[in-house]
Amino acid sequence: MKIIVCMKQVPDTTEVKINKETNTLIREGVASVINPFDLYAIEEGLRLREEHGGTVTVLSMGPMQVIESLREALSMGADEAVLLSDRAFAGADTLATAYTLSKAVEKIGSFDLIICGKQAVDGDTAQVGPELAEMLGVPHVTYVRRVHGIADGRITVERMTEEGSEKIRFPLPGLITVVKEINEPRLPSIKGKMRAKKTEIPVWSASELGTDPEKTGLKGSPTWVMKVFTPEQKGGGEIFEGEIEEQVAKLVRKLRETKIV
Amino acid sequence: MDYFLTDVQLEIKELAHRIAEEKVRPVVRELDESGEFPWEIMKVLADADLFGVYIPEEYGGLGGGVMEQLLVVEELSRVCSGVAVSYAASGLGAFPILLYGSEEQKEKYIPDIAAGKKLAAFARTEANAGSDAAAIETTATPDGDYYVLNGTKQWITNGGEAEVYTVIAMTDKKKGSRGASAFIVEKGTPGFSFGKKEDKMGIRASATRELIFNDCRIPRANLLGREGMGFIIAMKTLDRTRPGIGAQAVGIAQGALEEAVKYSRERVQFGQPISSFQAIQHMLADMATQVEAARALVYATARMIDSGAKDFSKESAMAKLFASDVAMRVTTDAVQIFGGYGYMKEYPVEKMMRDAKITQIYEGTNQIQRNVIALELIKEYASKKR
Repeated sequence: MKIIVCMKQVPDTTEVKINKETNTLIREGVASVINPFDLYAIEEGLRLREEHGGTVTVLSMGPMQVIESLREALSMGADEAVLLSDRAFAGADTLATAYTLSKAVEKIGSFDLIICGKQAVDGDTAQVGPELAEMLGVPHVTYVRRVHGIADGRITVERMTEEGSEKIRFPLPGLITVVKEINEPRLPSIKGKMRAKKTEIPVWSASELGTDPEKTGLKGSPTWVMKVFTPEQKGGGEIFEGEIEEQVAKLVRKLRETKIV
Repeated sequence: MDYFLTDVQLEIKELAHRIAEEKVRPVVRELDESGEFPWEIMKVLADADLFGVYIPEEYGGLGGGVMEQLLVVEELSRVCSGVAVSYAASGLGAFPILLYGSEEQKEKYIPDIAAGKKLAAFARTEANAGSDAAAIETTATPDGDYYVLNGTKQWITNGGEAEVYTVIAMTDKKKGSRGASAFIVEKGTPGFSFGKKEDKMGIRASATRELIFNDCRIPRANLLGREGMGFIIAMKTLDRTRPGIGAQAVGIAQGALEEAVKYSRERVQFGQPISSFQAIQHMLADMATQVEAARALVYATARMIDSGAKDFSKESAMAKLFASDVAMRVTTDAVQIFGGYGYMKEYPVEKMMRDAKITQIYEGTNQIQRNVIALELIKEYASKKR
């Protein structure tokens, strides 16, 4: 079974601070980490490989520093890692990113399953996974919280919905995006780290992928970010205390005072 | 201080640190209260390859030595010493096999210990044989292809949880300490059972139990070395593992120091953080200096052992003695800096003080360590040509 996991490197959001004057993220000195949801995707890939055999290839697009995150994925146990890096890819929105990833998947050749985290914690769009599946012309299921099994070229998964869950079986090759309920990602091992240090990570450029310059990077991105801002802080609510009758009376009085009722 | 660790040593230290922060810290208090054995954490350490750091590559380890092992112990101990000693005690059980085992014995037992699939334990202490090692009452009587073990071992770390036990028993009582022998005993052997789990002051996550041998028959092939070597096997093992107690002590002290610095910057009295008072500053400075001195001695001893030195009883005893006394002082001072809060279980330092105490007692009390050091000193002086 050939598994490809898509991974994004993001700023460590537990460390991100906001410049209160300009309302922008202070990115200087903030460490970069593997997008947390992608850790679940890597872990699920490793578990499926342990169960069914095969290989796990981790794919990422970004600047050269992403190599560090790919090495971390290798030290967890991934077999191969590939970085897509080129000035031409910079400024990509989800569509241009999915296009570039799809060209890389085509270059890798055949695959059985692509696994993505449900979304990246920096952009929160949750679009790249589904877009990639569409471009490759394979079925996809989002928000997967459990893989029930793979048999006869079909995968059975359970996806989370707002009301509950859906159990879906669909043919492979295909793509799933996963939520954090699916597993608990492992830590790297020392042997894995030593192996990861020796593993060569190929870097594919636009010319190697044969991408259309009109479809990559800023040029290939129909979405333009006009402004990033922090929403104004809302004041805290008011808590009514006392016996239940008392609380209700206070609430009704307040609603009348504010002309809500 | 920069100790010029190798790349692999840095990887080991960093991974142990990460496991301690991510997997141990969230459950420290729970483990301390319940005294439940931390199997989940042992599994994480095993998956990370950390049980094999000091074991040769031919038996599935990473080929490091005492230094690699104590980097793990120190990092774990900084967060929870109970977890650290459970990890370290497996090494204490494995070293007699590594040092004195036959090729067959090593191949049979070491790979599973290196992989963390099985924990090991070391059993010498008895109710009447603490510092007086020659007073062991457990006997091993030859009977055909077997030895028959009878007696009770006390306060055995990892007792009941470990699969492989290195046990010191008397094969010839008349010979005193020269009549002791070392054996490998597997959990599940008929006649081998466990007493109740001890309710301890500190290191509560670790398991401490009696090992009870009642006509327990073990194959002759499980004798380590030769009959009569039990005492020397125990001493040579402990020489190698005492720096581990030193590392445990350094870890506890480091954890307490960090908590004390953090608290002193947050706690406001007389309108200013207490870290602005010289009385507190000097305490912190002394604590930090002691921790660094202890670490330097422990690391230097580990490197001496790993370099292939023949005799390091004195240095090993010094590392254990000094670091454990430092841990006791530093944790006591940390509680003092926290004041009343330090005495409360809601704050982390009282546990560290409880955990520190055992490092002055086990693997040879600090009084016995001083005996060892003094004896070696006098021997060295006497042998000098004058």
